[in-house]
Amino acid sequence: MNNKRHFTSKFFRAIALFTLFFILALNNAKAIDTLKDAKTTVSDTAKAGIKAEKEEDISATILHHIGDSHEWHFWGEGENKVAIPLPVILYTKNGFVTFLSNKHDADQHGDSIFTVKGQSMVNFEGKYYYPSATKYADGSYVKVDENNIPINDKPLDVSITKNVLALFISVALLLIIFLNIAATYKKRTGKAPKGMQSALEPFILFVRDDIAIPQLGHKYAKYMPYLLTVFFFVWINNLLGLIPIFPGGTNLTGNIAITCMLALCTFFITTFSGNKSYWKHIFNTPGVPWWLKFPVPLMPLVEFIGIFTKPIALMIRLFANITAGHILILSLISLIIILKSVYVSAFAIPFVLFISLIELLVGFLQAFIFTILSALFIGMAIEEHHAEEHH
Amino acid sequence: MTGSIAGIGAGLAAIGAGIGIGQIGGKAMEGMARQPEAANKIQTAMLIAAAFVEAVALFAVVVAFLTK
Amino acid sequence: MIVLSVNPLVSPDPGLFIWAVVAFGILFVLLRAFAWKPILAALTEREQSIEDALARAEAAKEEMARLTGENEALLKEARIERDNILREAKKMKDQIVSDAKETAAKEGARMIEKARVEIDSQTAIALALVKDQVASLSIEIAEKILQKQFEDKGKQDALVADLLKQVKLN
Repeated sequence: MNNKRHFTSKFFRAIALFTLFFILALNNAKAIDTLKDAKTTVSDTAKAGIKAEKEEDISATILHHIGDSHEWHFWGEGENKVAIPLPVILYTKNGFVTFLSNKHDADQHGDSIFTVKGQSMVNFEGKYYYPSATKYADGSYVKVDENNIPINDKPLDVSITKNVLALFISVALLLIIFLNIAATYKKRTGKAPKGMQSALEPFILFVRDDIAIPQLGHKYAKYMPYLLTVFFFVWINNLLGLIPIFPGGTNLTGNIAITCMLALCTFFITTFSGNKSYWKHIFNTPGVPWWLKFPVPLMPLVEFIGIFTKPIALMIRLFANITAGHILILSLISLIIILKSVYVSAFAIPFVLFISLIELLVGFLQAFIFTILSALFIGMAIEEHHAEEHH
Repeated sequence: MTGSIAGIGAGLAAIGAGIGIGQIGGKAMEGMARQPEAANKIQTAMLIAAAFVEAVALFAVVVAFLTK
Repeated sequence: MIVLSVNPLVSPDPGLFIWAVVAFGILFVLLRAFAWKPILAALTEREQSIEDALARAEAAKEEMARLTGENEALLKEARIERDNILREAKKMKDQIVSDAKETAAKEGARMIEKARVEIDSQTAIALALVKDQVASLSIEIAEKILQKQFEDKGKQDALVADLLKQVKLN
């Protein structure tokens, strides 16, 4: 045990050091880049002379960074933009339509209609909508409500967006890593672990011995593949999200669709593996006074809602934690632009570094918490109630 | 304006969660100091409890997002 | 749902959701079949083999202890045996010595006795010879005395008369 801990701490130290240098270098690059942007922004806003709009701009930029996009943006704006265009796949009224995102991204205000496969569409802030019949006062074919959200119909967008590409990259990474490790295990049966195998074995054992077995008891083996997959999926995406450039930098585990998918998996596994005592616990909770169940089924109602709030909390916890981390880092970098001074970076960059290190910890912690809570919920569903003393 | 009100709400929720997590952490430390051999179990339970408390604050943050 | 549609940040994007389900499903199936199963099996196997090895080592240690104990017992037994044999030998030696002594004493006594008897008999013989000699000498002397005594007749008659007197008395 002691040995294991020692090894793990050594491993963490190596990773932490590496990441520290990496983040330092990249953030410097990023900060310089952002500063260049800032100069142009500042000169632009100096012309406009409106400070509020600029702040709005920054918050929009942050939201844009943590949101999804049809291109993988590196730097620059407009003509000087350097970005990887990604394929757009739309399921329109005329069937599937595909094109590269840079083909129709010159206009992002819904001003010009383009036609693909006999289907006319407009691009509004990076998303594709069916145009309204008439042009509105602001020159757009898209009608927005009071929150600036378009109300036009839109095709089902199943594009390979930035997040989808990041998802594929993380899946490929996980497959490469773990299929390799599995091959090593087969090759070196019964021998001491080596290389990547020894680096990740403590985590596999951690999931098994500290998450699965305490929460699930002797039936843990059935749920191990799911727990391991979730743990490493969340963890690697959290870590990739902290890398500022290409293969990382996406806010994947901070995207509600991804966390929703993961939480739904846990929800379905919990619901379908629930045994008789689990359902009895929900609809006829033992040890509760009868007037809480009849005539108004108050307790069953609460318990029934609990089935859904648990995965929803799971979904929101991961989403909010990771998103908050990304927003925090981006906000701290934006301080340089907001305060219009390069010297702020003397404060902002070390602080970003510090937060990034904390985010490394949070990335692991959230993967752990997502996995252990999933195990806890599944464990509650498969637990055998022998006696009433639990209540 | 609604944004700032939501911000105040999120801040209040953060105070509550902060107190809660502080309590959990403090008590867990006490427990670990009293029974160092149970440190592993206490740590796990502490993290789970902290996650539950933290979820409340995060709900507030999400509500702040929503009401923008 | 109206609230959820307000901010794109908290409304799940259906496209991404679909891709996530597909990708995570593929990841899960592939990893379960080709990674977790062999890895977990290998881990269990290794733990099992380590446990077995430990158990075997423990058993070997016990066997060793048993053997050592057995050896000790054997040694002890051998020592006792040796002591017994030594004691017995000593006893036997003492016996033999005492026997020999006894025999020698007996023999000596017997020989002494024999010698004594011989001496006695020799003495007796010698005495007899001496007696004979003495007797014959006595007789000779007596004869001579008698011859001298009885040279005159009176003395002979006196003796006879004396002897006759004695006879009467009887």
